[in-house]
Amino acid sequence: MTQAAKPAARPLSPHLQIYRLPLAAWLSITHRITGVGLTLGTLLLTYWITAAAYGPDAYAAFTDYLDSPLGYLVLFGFSVALFYHLCNGIRHLFWDAGKNFEIAATNRGNVVVLVGTVVLTALAWFLALA
Amino acid sequence: MVEFSLPKNSKPTKGKTYPAPAGAKNVKRFDIYRYDPDSGANPRIDSYDVDMDTCGPMVLDALLKIKDETDQTLTLRRSCREGICGSCSMNIDGGNTLACLKPIDECNGTVKVYPLPHMPVVKDLVPDLTHIYAQYASIEPWMKNDTPPPSSGERLQSPEEREKLDGLWECILCFCCTTSCPSYWWNGDRYLGPAVLLQAARWINDSRDEATGERLDDLEDPFKLYRCHTIMNCTNTCPKGLNPAKAIADIKMKMVERAG
Repeated sequence: MTQAAKPAARPLSPHLQIYRLPLAAWLSITHRITGVGLTLGTLLLTYWITAAAYGPDAYAAFTDYLDSPLGYLVLFGFSVALFYHLCNGIRHLFWDAGKNFEIAATNRGNVVVLVGTVVLTALAWFLALA
Repeated sequence: MVEFSLPKNSKPTKGKTYPAPAGAKNVKRFDIYRYDPDSGANPRIDSYDVDMDTCGPMVLDALLKIKDETDQTLTLRRSCREGICGSCSMNIDGGNTLACLKPIDECNGTVKVYPLPHMPVVKDLVPDLTHIYAQYASIEPWMKNDTPPPSSGERLQSPEEREKLDGLWECILCFCCTTSCPSYWWNGDRYLGPAVLLQAARWINDSRDEATGERLDDLEDPFKLYRCHTIMNCTNTCPKGLNPAKAIADIKMKMVERAG
């Protein structure tokens, strides 16, 4: 039997470069990104509690730092991530129970999660600043 | 492994342009991924202008017209041209589907045609499916039972039992879903992917099959089953309107139920 010549390494077909990701896929990757963001944000939360335990001076230094445009930006990002992850997490509970898998239900879920995130974030900031 | 960009030998370059015949009034451009294994050169994107007035309505019609009339080297799999064989699965206009079921007029502007994503390419639009077929074989897709069949010779099902296979038996193994799944892109070496898991569900749900326990044991694995993160690309792209994501969720639920 003759041995066939070894072919050149096959190229990998394009994937992310060409795939038009549906909204549900974007929301899925956002869930993971906000999860990582919340992990980092929790470190900040720990710092806040630790500062409070250290005494008034340490606590004041921390709140001074947060009371700046950058501090507000971080807090805003944390709140958006929190409410998004919460809303989408609830959606995952429905999925884990085998519900809402039809395409129409998925599309509805996309909208509910996004609207929920905006409403909860706006509400939190309204209550915080009022 | 997550790797966002393509390896060096896989980055497509700009290819040739084939104009429409003179006098064509209703012209549509098709940008098609080409790879010639004999040349060893990188893949390229060739542009073909097709006269729509003399072309059938589906993307497969245009591809075959190009192959017949313009460029005979264009290589693709196709057979039934009516969505039942699963051969002409490819990425059209950014989504995976069957070329024979995709109307050209659903594509705005230039029609972009690529092979199924994140697969080794044999030639042009033909991906190497060896690994996926091996994964399919690994779930042992046949009826397994130890008890002898009844004297009538047939293992009967009630209509309710038979209904549990609806939405599963219709799968034609085109692998549009598996190759649309980012989890499969990054972990396809060990994650079975939506098509194979839907097939696993087809046997797990079969009332005549007696190997349900072993089938679930085999899937109880961080990679084979649990790389599914409900991204929903599979269900969104299935050209047969099936729901692989739900089939996978059903398997996960069966895992929990049997754990008690």
